[in-house]
Amino acid sequence: MTATVSRPEGAQEALPLDVEAIRADFPILSRTVRGGKRLVYLDSGATAQKPRQVLDAERAFYEQHNAAVHRGAHQLAEEATDRYEEARRTVARFLGTDDEREVVFTRSTTEGINLVAYALSNAGTAKEAAFRRYAVGQGDEIVVTEMEHHANLVPWQQLCERTGATLRWLGLTDDGRLDLSDLGTVVNERTRLVAVTQQSNLLGTINPMGPIVARAREVGALVLVDGAQSVPHQRADVAAMGADFLVFSGHKMLGPSGIGVLWGRYEVLDALPPFLTGGSMIEVVRMEGSTFAAPPQRFEAGVPMAAQAVGLAAAVDYLERLGMREVEAHEKALTAYALERLSAVPGVAVIGPPDTVARGGAVSFTVEGIHPHDVGQVLDDLGIAVRVGHHCAWPVVRRYGVPATTRATFYVHNGYDDVDALVEGVRHAQKFFGVG
Amino acid sequence: MQLESMYQEIILDHYRNPHGRGLREPFDAEVHHVNPTCGDEVTLRVRLDGGSIADVSYEGMGCSISQASVSAMHDLVVGRTVTEALATGEDFMTLMQSKGDPAVADKLEDSLEDAVAFAGVSKYPARVKCALMSWMALKDASARALSAAHPTTPTGGNDS
Ligand SMILES: Cc1ncc(COP(=O)(O)O)c(C=O)c1O
Repeated sequence: MTATVSRPEGAQEALPLDVEAIRADFPILSRTVRGGKRLVYLDSGATAQKPRQVLDAERAFYEQHNAAVHRGAHQLAEEATDRYEEARRTVARFLGTDDEREVVFTRSTTEGINLVAYALSNAGTAKEAAFRRYAVGQGDEIVVTEMEHHANLVPWQQLCERTGATLRWLGLTDDGRLDLSDLGTVVNERTRLVAVTQQSNLLGTINPMGPIVARAREVGALVLVDGAQSVPHQRADVAAMGADFLVFSGHKMLGPSGIGVLWGRYEVLDALPPFLTGGSMIEVVRMEGSTFAAPPQRFEAGVPMAAQAVGLAAAVDYLERLGMREVEAHEKALTAYALERLSAVPGVAVIGPPDTVARGGAVSFTVEGIHPHDVGQVLDDLGIAVRVGHHCAWPVVRRYGVPATTRATFYVHNGYDDVDALVEGVRHAQKFFGVG
Repeated sequence: MQLESMYQEIILDHYRNPHGRGLREPFDAEVHHVNPTCGDEVTLRVRLDGGSIADVSYEGMGCSISQASVSAMHDLVVGRTVTEALATGEDFMTLMQSKGDPAVADKLEDSLEDAVAFAGVSKYPARVKCALMSWMALKDASARALSAAHPTTPTGGNDS
């Protein structure tokens, strides 16, 4: 490992992960961009690149075992079903539960959240009394935060519009944290569900689940945690977290696109009516009406995405081989270094917590005098991939009075050299536009 | 280095010293357009004098490309008839779809004047929307201004 990758001068510590060995696992990192430049991929928060192990697992499934899961009487159907269910067990273990019935495969975080939101409004009109337990209606309240990705905001706004419930939210402090000072009033006896992100995709803030879950329990509200930006980067433990739902996407954790997970406490899942209906999720179908399977099948209508589930399990195996504690420590070291180097550049302001306390590796910043799109364009010209814009969290940029930000996000294949490239790129943008 | 092909000096000049910026009275129509992928915004007013555009005034926030584009557009359309301005807008759209083909830029140079400098932007699909936002706003605002002047004429203006 070369010095600049693992530990340049000024960096606090050597990186826990062997970056060069990891890079060799990611075929895309060996291509060049924009006329022969090394790809510096700092956009894993949008979607992560895939190691060969994940690609191989998907290919092997298609080449050896492909069939429609849970259907068919032939050997391939058995093998495909086995692999799909094995993937479910792998994910359950990764989340710290041994009850794989609590793992529902979805298409994405977005679909998982919509599944819960529609189940709660369907509960209001369900003909089966058992499905009405969590019904949301007039006079009820749903609580979100001002920090949410649109995926964990718009479905709740829509749920409220469908049911007549009221949406309330927790605000943010100036240093990019949740303002919990009015938690006791915002979450109250009328609250049916609290939906909160574990880690902000824009600010990088890691939210304290303890007090939120505790308050929700006091008033009997459900808690849904958006784990899209946390599950890929830190050890998940659904038992310790104490929430009712945890949702995340495979594509942000080295897995394929088109596969996500809704983890739900079995007792809660079992009391919810379905969202999508059709094949595979039924118990008995007659022309007059149908009854539904138990979870997780109740929430997996249609032929499931088996190869993607197998790919996700391979991604979990890959991350577990690296060790989630090491992954977290690795990103923390990179984040500390990035925060330190970026804030030393005149005109650069980090939006979000200024240090690594309760903070993950999404680093958003503005560059005085240069719009983020233009920063992103200059970085792109140097082979550096970042995201610019409002990052699907429009209320957050509005809260901090900026139209948009430039965002770098880190993952297992990033080294200190990537941070150096970013900082030099920002300086280059300043020179190009004649500011700073 | 590809950057210079996008950020032509003329573009950077318009960005640093925008022409016609600010919202002015009187006006016949005002529209507000946003680019939902990045949050860029423009508020644009049109004042007509008969069939001609007497003034285009605007405020907005956005990247250098969107801000330079509205400034260059101001220069191109003020004093022209609405029909001419919209035809120029079509030419600009053609330029934005040219994927950097120099033949297209050559052909449109007379029509687009300074705005032909945006040819380099057409190589970057993500930025084409930035350059087009002001032209979309102009099309919308002129349609509204015309229909306000002739209330029976149907227009293609949409709410935004
Ligand atoms: C915090 C957060 N929630 C939800 C999502 C939505 O994820 P997906 O687009 O995979 O459904 C994202 C990612 O874009 C995110 O960062």
